Amino acid sequence: MKGSDNDIIVCRCEDITLGEIREKIREGLTTTEELKRVLRVGMGPCRGKSCVPIIRRELSRMLSLPMADVLPPKDRPPVVMVKFKSILEGSEE
Amino acid sequence: MSFDVGVIGGGVIGCAIAYNLAKFGQKNVVVFERQYPGAGSTGRCGAGVRQQWGLEMNCRLARGSVKIFEQLSSELGVDIEFRQGGYLVLAHTEKQIEQFEKNVSLQNSLGIPSRIITVEEALEIVPYLNPESFIAATFCPTDGHANPLLTNYAYAKAAERLGVKVMKFTEVSGVERSNGVFKLTTSRGNFEVGCLVNAAGGYSKPVAAMVGVDIPTYSERHQILVTAPVPRMFDCMVISFTSGIYAQQVPQGSFVLGIAENEEPSYNTNSSWQFLEHITYEVTSILPVFGELSIVRQWAGLYNKTPDSQPILGEVSPGFFVAVGFSGHGFMIAPKTAEIMAKLILGIKPDIDISYLSLDRFEKGELIVEPSVVG
Repeated sequence: MKGSDNDIIVCRCEDITLGEIREKIREGLTTTEELKRVLRVGMGPCRGKSCVPIIRRELSRMLSLPMADVLPPKDRPPVVMVKFKSILEGSEE
Repeated sequence: MSFDVGVIGGGVIGCAIAYNLAKFGQKNVVVFERQYPGAGSTGRCGAGVRQQWGLEMNCRLARGSVKIFEQLSSELGVDIEFRQGGYLVLAHTEKQIEQFEKNVSLQNSLGIPSRIITVEEALEIVPYLNPESFIAATFCPTDGHANPLLTNYAYAKAAERLGVKVMKFTEVSGVERSNGVFKLTTSRGNFEVGCLVNAAGGYSKPVAAMVGVDIPTYSERHQILVTAPVPRMFDCMVISFTSGIYAQQVPQGSFVLGIAENEEPSYNTNSSWQFLEHITYEVTSILPVFGELSIVRQWAGLYNKTPDSQPILGEVSPGFFVAVGFSGHGFMIAPKTAEIMAKLILGIKPDIDISYLSLDRFEKGELIVEPSVVG
């Protein structure tokens, strides 16, 4: 394993590196959902838009699974970040 | 394959029971988890750890659990992010103050350092509170919060290190009892276990039914959300039994908050916009500054409830144990409850009497009245 690419930050919201993701995959985590729960990857404000494709590719490569079998984590609302204030103003209309 | 003890459910309860069994020397323990540890209610919960209860038994379970939580990161070898920032419980009526006075005197008698505080004192702890929204509060500085995902993961890993087999993505679909063993059909083959534990959380009732035991549990959706991280605002959990709201800033800076809603029994874990409106209204009325916070994500999990909102613990038929129906407060009492369950399974007398929590209380009509439950 190349030392250099282990230092690449994959999840910029939570500051998680490729090396940390690989370590958890080697430990036995086999899905994006498990990695999300243990490492917080994909939980930040970008909602996994940048890290999830990289994590799926890594799971596919390390576990020899076709990409189609490595599902992204469940998408959850709201679609974009929203302030409580906006909901309050919207519901008072 | 055969095992001495099989646990159905890899949530915090199931993994912690398996861990404690192994810690007490039990070999050949297996956990069957339909998905992966933390996929169900544990991974979806608010994860507050509160000792401010109105019944002695709950105070003891919670106090015992806090003692375990305090050293759990080092015991399990994973930082579970346990922080003791306290719990601030808002009182809105004179009647609540009367109840809280009784609770606090019971709690103090059991070594729980809670106290009644004034609005001014509460504002010193959480300056952002709307002073018009409550008339007094109780505060217990040793209550706290842990990361439920990491706690569940840590118990599963520690159990595995002690020899427990944690079978992920293994759904139990049938149980047959013959010659003193349980024969299980699962999505990953057939297994035999000598003793079976139902720790299936939201799915406790169908799992018990597979063994031919009827338990009065049902599941109910509870919704929750997380905000974008902000600099440290306050350390305690703020809750209100009136609206059923709770809000806590986690170490990473986000606030996690949820609220009790009127829900029909179901297995629904979808999110709704009605929840966002409801919680927005309630949280901004007690913490107006929340208007400026941004919601990143919302989700839902299942409360597994019983008719008196207290769990059912114990052996319900020969060799078949249940630890179910935690009614929304399973995480906070999980460490002590799991230790007690492991002792019951091994025939060791536990240090807290949990006979009140047996299944037959419902038949006898001996329901437990706990005045301090959220939702």
